[in-house]
Formats: sequence, structure tokens, C-alpha cells
Amino acid sequence: MNSRVFVPADSTARSLGADDVAQAVAELGQDVELVRNGSRGLYWLEPLLEIETAQGRIGFGPVNDTQIADLFKDGVPDASHPDCLGLVEELPYLKDQQRLTAARVGIIDPLSIEDYCAQGGFRGLATARELKPADIVQIVTESGLRGRGGAAFPTGIKWQTVLDAEADTDSALPDYRGQKYIICNADEGDSGTFVDRMIMESDPFVLIEGMVIAGLAVGAGLGYIYCRAEYPQAFNTLQTAINIAGDAGYLGDFQLEVRKAAGAYICGEETSMLESLEGKRGLVRYKPPLPAISGFFGQPTVINNVISLASVPIILDQGASHYRDFGVGRSTGTLTVQLAGNCARPGLVEIPFGISLREVLEDYGGGTRSGRPIKAVQAGGPLGPYIPPEKFDTALDYEAFKEIDAMVGHGGIVVFDDSADLGHMARFAMEFCTVESCGKCTPCRIGSVRGLEVIDKIRGGEDADNNRILLKDLCQTMMEGSLCAMGGMTPLPVLSIMQHWPEEL
Amino acid sequence: MMDRISEIATSMADRPGALLPVLHAIQDEFGYVAPGAVPHIARALNLSRAEVHGVISFYHLIRTEPPGNKVVYLCRAESCQAAGGVALEQHAKQKLGIDYHQTTADGEVSLEPVYCLGNCVCSPSVMVGDKLYSRVNPDSFDDLIDS
Repeated sequence: MNSRVFVPADSTARSLGADDVAQAVAELGQDVELVRNGSRGLYWLEPLLEIETAQGRIGFGPVNDTQIADLFKDGVPDASHPDCLGLVEELPYLKDQQRLTAARVGIIDPLSIEDYCAQGGFRGLATARELKPADIVQIVTESGLRGRGGAAFPTGIKWQTVLDAEADTDSALPDYRGQKYIICNADEGDSGTFVDRMIMESDPFVLIEGMVIAGLAVGAGLGYIYCRAEYPQAFNTLQTAINIAGDAGYLGDFQLEVRKAAGAYICGEETSMLESLEGKRGLVRYKPPLPAISGFFGQPTVINNVISLASVPIILDQGASHYRDFGVGRSTGTLTVQLAGNCARPGLVEIPFGISLREVLEDYGGGTRSGRPIKAVQAGGPLGPYIPPEKFDTALDYEAFKEIDAMVGHGGIVVFDDSADLGHMARFAMEFCTVESCGKCTPCRIGSVRGLEVIDKIRGGEDADNNRILLKDLCQTMMEGSLCAMGGMTPLPVLSIMQHWPEEL
Repeated sequence: MMDRISEIATSMADRPGALLPVLHAIQDEFGYVAPGAVPHIARALNLSRAEVHGVISFYHLIRTEPPGNKVVYLCRAESCQAAGGVALEQHAKQKLGIDYHQTTADGEVSLEPVYCLGNCVCSPSVMVGDKLYSRVNPDSFDDLIDS
């Protein structure tokens, strides 16, 4: 029998030479079946070559193409090979995780619908097809799933609103009459986050399944995935996966299309994304009306993040309580933590809410890549505050993080070592806002420019004390006066640095 | 070029919110969206020229000038900065002799800032065309420019 050999085709693994490794395996001339899986998310081991054995899949990594001939010189290597890492699922980093949403990521060939079904795929959809819309919504509500994009709004309540909303049947735009929409926000712009990309590249069918279920739940017949242009592989994989799922009949009457964004961070904000999808500048809309009532071309629209939608199939398949029983308090289920930046063992860590930040940084992350002490971490993307080491014992859940003025956001954690210039990072937060503000509201558009100038004055020693007061005042104005989170939260990293590392500014 | 642009825009005009997909299709074919294309796109999609221009100018990744043979996207976001991104950025500008949004005089390389490539596990990251590079340092940057 042929041995199955797995070499990831995830874009990060490919950037580390996985394609060359795969080619070297293919050229061995041995009886191996090469599978291009996604990444398990243990990125410091990529390219991670896996071989299927009777006991499970064993790993070798990181490997490069020049090592392959030697590795296979006595035939397909087994667990006794000195370079073998052992069973991949027994590696401590993976063993202690609770992979619910990312259950298949790195295991299957992303575009094999047989693999997907063999690993429990489309069972949630089969359940949903037997249920009334209100019952599907009820299960999602009971699971306690909250939006994983950053705002943590309860998904079931959002769906209920869309289910209850009447689609406008005399819309001025005939094409949109009586229609409701499911829109997946796949504009994963936060630095330190990559789990949406992993799902789209490594298990695209789970996202498609989640969207079809959402369509059944609220009575929507059309869906769009708004995918970042910076993720070309995810875009292509999704397009192929939609065609495969459609040909296999899994979409039913649901029509699904991937749309490519064009590099504007603000289009991750849901109303700005709607404008962009409608073919306009990505200017933020006033709320209300909520998109659930009046969204895409004025019709009721569900907008969920990739991870929120990808969590739905397992909830329908295993039941609300199975999912809810993970986690703590009002933070139910699992969080897909993404470790990044100056981190020794960066990667995807899907764990129940409630584990401390320190455990994640030390037990999983293994400290910094540089070997120097951690100075700070930034959680929740570019709008998230910087967290000092004395707060690392905080539990990772939405409410506990809120208590220390931090945010979980989309689950990205960027590690900085003690060589980091946090004053520069405060400046960068304002600079980023000058580049990415949509320009609709003044506190964000002008405030960020003034903020950048004031920080430069402080750092240049120009009337520093008074300018610090001015900066705090400006931050207050931005937080209270901005239309959306872009201007409203840009001050958070700045203020956290002023509070915890005042000398760095 | 303009006939072809009209053809692309007309063929996609029925799609809801067609403008961004049209701009991508034009850029995929020609490498950029020439300013002269604006009236042709506007006519095909029944939009004003101002609306088309407004969208083109809003999005960072829609170009209005021909790019160099290599478009180098250098990530400036926090994760990459935490892992040596600032030094890489300085090196890149010095090596190429250009700033962001510029193209080298020989038309070989365009340098563009990007805010996250989703490759934060291997910062600093660079993308050339559609190809991603991990843990880029000044030496490996030179290699990928000179290759």
C-alpha cells in the first residue's frame, strides 16, 4: 500500500519552501501518495512533513527540499527515525488544544470534499435542513457564540434580528426586491491575525457550510465573502471550493460569490464593507439602521466574521450545549488565539476561553523568538491596547480583558521583546489611522493627523508636559466623537503606552 | 486599451456593485487603471465619472500608473515591526533608492507598503506579486530583488 505523505500548501508554509519539499517528495520515485494539506498552525515547524502510520500521523519538521532524499533513503521513514517529532497530535502544543472551529485545518486536503465529509463535514448542514429557521437561530443563540471578528456581539441575536426583519419588496432596485443577504467579513486586516486566512486556505468548506446554514436560518438566498486582496491564495481556494460544493449540490438554492477587497483596512468595519461591496468608496455608515435591518442595498443582512460562520457547523452538528460547555461565564466556546510578532513558537492556538494570557505566551508561545524578555503584547489588532507583563495573569475572556482595559478582538496577540520602542508604536498607531481613516468623520480624519504631530513634538522634547495633556485630550475627543472603532479606538494603544511606559514617549 | 476596458466593464455591468470587480479585472489585465479609463468605465456602469474616480482613489491597491516589473509589498504592521520590520523598511528604501508608492528609474521595482499579509507567524513579511516571503532580513531582501 502507498504511504500517504502530507506537505502543507498553506501560504506561509509555501513561503518557507513547502512547494520545493512537495516536489522533492514527488520526484522520489517511491510509492507514496502526496497530499497537500493545510497547516496545523505549528508554524515554527513549517514546512512540517507528515506521514500516515497505523498509529497516526508522524511529523518531521522543519524540513527543506534538500533533506528529502536522505530522509527517504531507506524507504518511507517511520517513528524510529532520529529526526521524527513523533505523533503530530501528541505534540504538547497541539495535544492540549480544543480544535472545534479549526478541527480539520491542517488535516485534510482543503479541496477534497470526500476528506471534508469523512471528517464530519456537512453534518451540521444536514441537521439544519431538517429544522425550521427559528430553531436554527435558537440553537446558535443557546450556544452563546459571539462574533469573533472583534466586537463579540451574540451571533444568535443578530440572526434573530435578520430573521424577524422584512425584506423590502418595493425596493427602487428591482434586483434586490425581497432579498436577504449573508455576508462574510473576510477582510482580516488586524496585524497578528491569520486564522481567517487559515480557514479559507485550509478548510474552505466549513465556511461555505456555515454560510449556507446562516442562509437557511434567516431566509437569505444570496451570500458574499468579502476577502482581502492581500490573501490571493485564500481567494482562489474559496472560488474553487464554492464551485466544487455547488457541483456536489451542497449549496442548494443558495448563491455564493467571493469578492476581492482592495487594500483598505477600514473595509473590515461592517458598514464600510457594505459600501465597498456596493461598488462605492468604503465610507462608514451611520448606525442605526443596523445592517441586520437595512444592510446590503438596504436589505436585511447578516454580517459575520469567518470564524463566527465557521463555528456554526459544529454547533449544529454537536448541539448548542457541546459548544457552550467550553469556556467561562459569558465567553463560551473556544477562542482561536493567534500568536505572532517576536514569538518563539508562533501559531494557531484554539483553546477554551479562561486560560491565562501568561499560559498562552509561555506554555504555547515559548517566550520571544529573540530570546529576550517580553516587554509588552498587543492583543486585538492595531486598535488594541498594549499590555504590560504585570497583567499577564489575566484570563483570556472578553469580560476579564475588559476589566484591565484590554481587548480580545479577533484573538491576535503580537509579542514585543525588550528592544521594542513603544513610543514609536504609539506614533505608528496614529500614523496608521492617518493612512486608513475613511475620512467621513472629523475626529478620526483630522484627529489622527494632529495626534501624529503632537507625538512627534513630545518625542522631540518640544513642550512635552503640555503636549502630553493635549494628546490625552485629543484621544478623548477621538474616542467620544468618532463614528466607528477606527477613530474611536486608535487612542487605545496610545493611551496604554502613555500609562504603562510614559518614559518611552 | 480603452476598447478593451469598455468591453470588460460592459461584460460585468449586471453584477451588483460591479465597480470594484471591474477595476480588479482591468488591473489584472493591464497592471493598472489608467486615468483615461474613467469615462469608459462610468459609461458602461451608468455611474458618474466622479463616482468612478472616487472609488479608484479610495483603495490603496488600485494603481493609476504602470507598476514596475516587480511589485514589492512590504508589511509595515505591528507584528512585522516587532520582528525587525523597521530596519527592513529602511534597508529596502535605501537599496532601491525609492520611497513607498514609487518605481525605480529602470522600471524594475515598485515598492508599496501593506498593512498585514496574514503571515504574522513569520514576520517580517514581504510579498512580490502573489508570492509570499517569510522572515525577511536585509540580506534575503537583496536576494529576492536581485534574483
